Amino acid sequence: MKTNDVLLRNVTKVVAFIIFLFSLHLFFAGHYNPGGGFVAGLTSAGAITLTLLAYDIKTVQSMLNINTIFITGVGLLFAVGTGLLGVFLGKPFLTHVFGYVNLPILGKTSLHTATLFDLGVYLVVVGVTLTIIQSIGESD
Amino acid sequence: MIIKIALSIGLLLYSISTFLYLYRILKGPTTSDKVIALDSIGMNLVAIVAMLSMFYKTNAYLDVILLIALLAFIGTVSFSKFIEKGKVIDRERDN
Repeated sequence: MKTNDVLLRNVTKVVAFIIFLFSLHLFFAGHYNPGGGFVAGLTSAGAITLTLLAYDIKTVQSMLNINTIFITGVGLLFAVGTGLLGVFLGKPFLTHVFGYVNLPILGKTSLHTATLFDLGVYLVVVGVTLTIIQSIGESD
Repeated sequence: MIIKIALSIGLLLYSISTFLYLYRILKGPTTSDKVIALDSIGMNLVAIVAMLSMFYKTNAYLDVILLIALLAFIGTVSFSKFIEKGKVIDRERDN
């Protein structure tokens, strides 16, 4: 019997973007509000999992041509790199720096290198989750 | 004061509703009944978390509401795809 998933695919096209925007909100809210890299990574992986459910592995790989293990490695590099930044400044390992910068549109903004560490956590969580899901889904 | 009384009654009613859904999960004749009951328990959880965040006068739980709704949707979609096709993630599309 041939099936036609037109409802699921059209809902996925809208909902996956909403989930991804929600994960971006969780990522950037992590310093002052509940959220952070871990939950944001899991939510982004949930958005990609929803497209995996509506389509198939080959279509999703042609949509976003990313190597998930490579993403995990880049995330670990971000985490270690922001740790080593403190060493190069003569401080202990994982010492973070922050400052107030006047950005063109946003005005006076507090920028913190802990965000880069959180970006590493985000990339590692996304990469590991997608690697687990794809490698289990590919094995018959 | 009246809000706390109303929220307590609402929480009590939603817990009774959740227990009745739990009965459907335990006794449901088919798998589809259990999946629908699980999805409805997720929606009940959304309402319970919203009322609890009003009860404690905090807005720190508002992200949890959206997260529970999204996870319930993804879980129900994957369960229904498993019931329909026998596997959750296709390797290659056949339609």
